[in-house]
Amino acid sequence: MSKVRKLEDTVAMIPDGAVLMIGGFMGVGTPPRLIEELLRQNKRGLTVIANDTARPAVGIGRLIAAKAVRKVIASHIGTNPETQRQMIAGETEVELVPQGTLAERVRAGGFGLGGVLTPTGVGTVVEDGKQRIELDGTVYLLERALKADFALIAAKRADYLGNLEYALTARNFNPLMAMAAETVIVEAEDIVPVGVIPPDSVVTPNVLVDCLVAKEHRHG
Amino acid sequence: MDEKTLIAKRVALELRPGNLVNLGIGLPTMVAAHLPAGVNVFFQSENGIIGMAPVPEPGAENEDLSDAGGSPIGAVPGAASFDSAMSFGLIRGGHLDVTVLGGLQIDEEGRLANWMVPGKMVPGMGGAMDLVSGAKRVIVAMQHSAKGTPKIVKRCELPLTSVRRVDLIVTELAVIEPTDKGLVLREVAPGVTVADVLAQTGAELIVPSAVPTMPLAA
Repeated sequence: MSKVRKLEDTVAMIPDGAVLMIGGFMGVGTPPRLIEELLRQNKRGLTVIANDTARPAVGIGRLIAAKAVRKVIASHIGTNPETQRQMIAGETEVELVPQGTLAERVRAGGFGLGGVLTPTGVGTVVEDGKQRIELDGTVYLLERALKADFALIAAKRADYLGNLEYALTARNFNPLMAMAAETVIVEAEDIVPVGVIPPDSVVTPNVLVDCLVAKEHRHG
Repeated sequence: MDEKTLIAKRVALELRPGNLVNLGIGLPTMVAAHLPAGVNVFFQSENGIIGMAPVPEPGAENEDLSDAGGSPIGAVPGAASFDSAMSFGLIRGGHLDVTVLGGLQIDEEGRLANWMVPGKMVPGMGGAMDLVSGAKRVIVAMQHSAKGTPKIVKRCELPLTSVRRVDLIVTELAVIEPTDKGLVLREVAPGVTVADVLAQTGAELIVPSAVPTMPLAA
């Protein structure tokens, strides 16, 4: 059964205050129509888990600029002065997480793990408040899993069941986030008949996907 | 030659054929343009590719292919793309031969600070903490001082990127190797004296009896 939905109805499922994972790296691999519709529907108080907040006029940066976000969990906000300004002014809470740790925390959330042990951040401010665990002579930090209410995913190609393929560096956090959220909304550049994407090419299997919208206004 | 080009040309000599290399944004990126002939390496970009290359020609940008700064790139034949967990598995798991990063401060123990200046600039660590913790070899490519203030100091005042000792520091004045005994001055840049380096360094340097002049890639 096709998972293609109307953009407006899909985004209307997201309540104010929801926890969102949003794919992308400096806007590459961030679903543009979903961001646009979040803005149009004037969502407020969102928690956004993402690699970065891009630039003020790009991708997640647009949500920051519109003050739609209460809290950001990200590895990098350096390219978005507005995120930094809101953080310093106390308007937006920002939790900075090393990028590899962020990827693993999201992965753990989707893979049924409570967290991961990583050497990254030992002896730095990242260690504050975390449990240190020594195994076979190496010190690790215990980093907890992350989960979200919704994942907003950008894919290169989807079939109508929701099997997904990604493109080049637009893949980044998308397949990890598609595992770690209660409801998974995908914006695909193309939506093709079932069977067109060979099984070996499917990166995110369809059972993980709840709703599909097309990148261009072609399929609802 | 400007200072940054000189640094890039010296760092380029540290790369070996077949290495998997991650170059940070900014000065480190310039290293790619100065690889010695016959040294073929693979460049990783932590947003998910091995085999990054410049955009082949104007107009050939692809919106799904960028570097970690979000700028368009190309890819060499034989490139591979993957998700962020895989990308950092490569970095943390001991599969990355060399990372070249910029620095704000480095101390006598060879510890790097490069991700924030409290109260002034909080960009976030991005991939830097994983890169410094996980790469087999960490090279810091940076200018020796910032507006006259030494960046090589006794003890970092800025928040550390990692407690791991970096392997090599390359500046426009010198090549310095952090060791068990401290920071060893290995080379000076052409036209630079040992005294020049000492005068602009805020940490103790161990100076061997002979300090050769820095070789540079063509």
